[in-house]
Amino acid sequence: MKPVEDVQNGQMALHGKGPKVKKEKNSLWVESWSRFKKNRLAIFGLSIVLFFVLLAIFAPLIAPEGINNQKLAERLQSPSINHWFGTDDFGRDILSRVIYGARISIWIGVLSVVGSMIIGSLLGVIAAYYGRLVDVIISRAFDIMLAFPSILLAIAIVAVLGASLENALIAIAIINVPNFGRLIRSKVLSVKEEEYIMAAKSLGMSDVRIILRHVLPNSLAPIIVQASLAVGTAILEAAALGFLGMGAEAPQPEWGKMLADAQQYMIQAPWTMIFPGLAIMLTVLGFNLLGDGLRDALDPKMKS
Amino acid sequence: MFAYTIRRLLQLIPVLFGMTLLVFFIVHAIPGNPAQVMLGQHATEESVQKLTNELGLNEPWYIQYINYLQNLVTGDLGDSIRTGAPIVEELWPYLAATMELSVVAMIFAVFIGVNAGIISAWFQNKWIDYVAMFVALIGISVPIFWLGLMQQWLFAVELGWFAPTGREDARAPIDPITHFFLIDTLIQGDWDGFVETVRRLVLPATALGTFSGAFIARMTRSSMLEVMRSDYIRTARSKGMKMIKVVYKHALKNSIIPVLTVVGLQMGLLLGGAVLTETIFGWPGIGRYIYDAIQFRDYPVVQSGILIVALFFVLINLCVDLLYSVVDPRIKYK
Repeated sequence: MKPVEDVQNGQMALHGKGPKVKKEKNSLWVESWSRFKKNRLAIFGLSIVLFFVLLAIFAPLIAPEGINNQKLAERLQSPSINHWFGTDDFGRDILSRVIYGARISIWIGVLSVVGSMIIGSLLGVIAAYYGRLVDVIISRAFDIMLAFPSILLAIAIVAVLGASLENALIAIAIINVPNFGRLIRSKVLSVKEEEYIMAAKSLGMSDVRIILRHVLPNSLAPIIVQASLAVGTAILEAAALGFLGMGAEAPQPEWGKMLADAQQYMIQAPWTMIFPGLAIMLTVLGFNLLGDGLRDALDPKMKS
Repeated sequence: MFAYTIRRLLQLIPVLFGMTLLVFFIVHAIPGNPAQVMLGQHATEESVQKLTNELGLNEPWYIQYINYLQNLVTGDLGDSIRTGAPIVEELWPYLAATMELSVVAMIFAVFIGVNAGIISAWFQNKWIDYVAMFVALIGISVPIFWLGLMQQWLFAVELGWFAPTGREDARAPIDPITHFFLIDTLIQGDWDGFVETVRRLVLPATALGTFSGAFIARMTRSSMLEVMRSDYIRTARSKGMKMIKVVYKHALKNSIIPVLTVVGLQMGLLLGGAVLTETIFGWPGIGRYIYDAIQFRDYPVVQSGILIVALFFVLINLCVDLLYSVVDPRIKYK
């Protein structure tokens, strides 16, 4: 019974109508959402992520001061009612800088993942769909890239491009391409063999159309899961590059860079390094919980 | 098994080849002329030109690449621009420092991770499970460099239990034989040196191993939970076998395969993560060596250093693959 249904689904989707397809598509997401809602840790993760996203969007309204308000008379003050997180060596309010820092970290995390997702998907789909030599070349290229510890590769790429926030973003996007590429390749390989793809093919659909309309949507769940986990990793990697002086430049309030600057005041002013680090950890924790929750919701088989 | 090993080794060749190509291109894309760097800012144009010719830098890229490969095959990694010494001779102490750090970090990660995972699975949905998994979640989310800084601040600066930086006490340097200081001090019967080495290893190794430990704990837990549901475990339990024996003797053996994969992957991550840990703790390892070389535009060192680390990574993963069949006799390679 099922194969027949699948072929019908394929045909209906081909003509752009077919209420049944739409309904099933919705029900997958509705079902997943109801599973997601019941997972308290996932909701906690989502709340953390939303908190930092809102912080990033409304930073100018929330932050008590600007990112570079230097008051040398108030330098290295410990946390107080005036400065909740204390001040740094330039007398800048750390709370404000941490709030603005959310902008940088979320921006770099999300954008780099979108970048690696697009390039990785493209390469993965091409490798899987066309197979043979194309597949061998692309897959070997992924193997080679994955043979390097990622942060080392990122450092090398930044060394080529020059140290800046944008280049750190590009480097992080590049090093994460193989992860997406491999995932999508394997997903497409399995989807490719389904009957509805064969049906679409026999109806004379073009490769590009089949990939965009059938293959990618049916591989979406693992991509979403991987993406949300990858944002966490990307934020960590960006902070690491910032910490090594290969990302943000002064006075950008990038959390990793703030930590690097705070290092020398460890003895007099430990709060200068406590809060940026906490911010990184919480954001990454949020994305990790969200990713775990999404995986459990979208793919219940994976749930442990 | 033998045939499989040979085949895997042969498969490595194109990957290694690709790695040399990638590293070659990255390093050659780094802006700046190495000859200029070597001679300094005040060098005359002629002398820079002369050295560029000598180094073969104005040859087409493929000639340069072939020369580079030829040198590699004969074991010549080139000379460091900064020190002028052959990299092959210079490399070992750095590599040994990183290996010692990574291995200790891995032992810490496996010991903590596997046991935490087992206990979590054993007491599933009890408070101890929640605590362990919450700590593991923090462990995979915490930036390694921040953790290192916090440890340094708390245990070295505030409490004074450990030395904040360095691999050895500058006043009582360790006489290197293998450059693995734990081994060297033992060989020489230098008990104080051994204790000092351990004291200096604790903070960087735990900082470096935390992420891997947390990851392994999560992996072990889910893998154990799956095995614990199987019939033979129920049989063992119903025969009255003690839980601790069931868990450590029967369940662990069958849940270790996915954990092993993770250990292999994590070992590579440790080599990369070492750059950060080494920076914070002033550890004279390969990560730091490469990082400093990039800052100094010491191209040959960057090129060889990255390649060596990647080579280790690839070899470790190969070893893990081969280890599978030792751990799990059900896996047979053809």
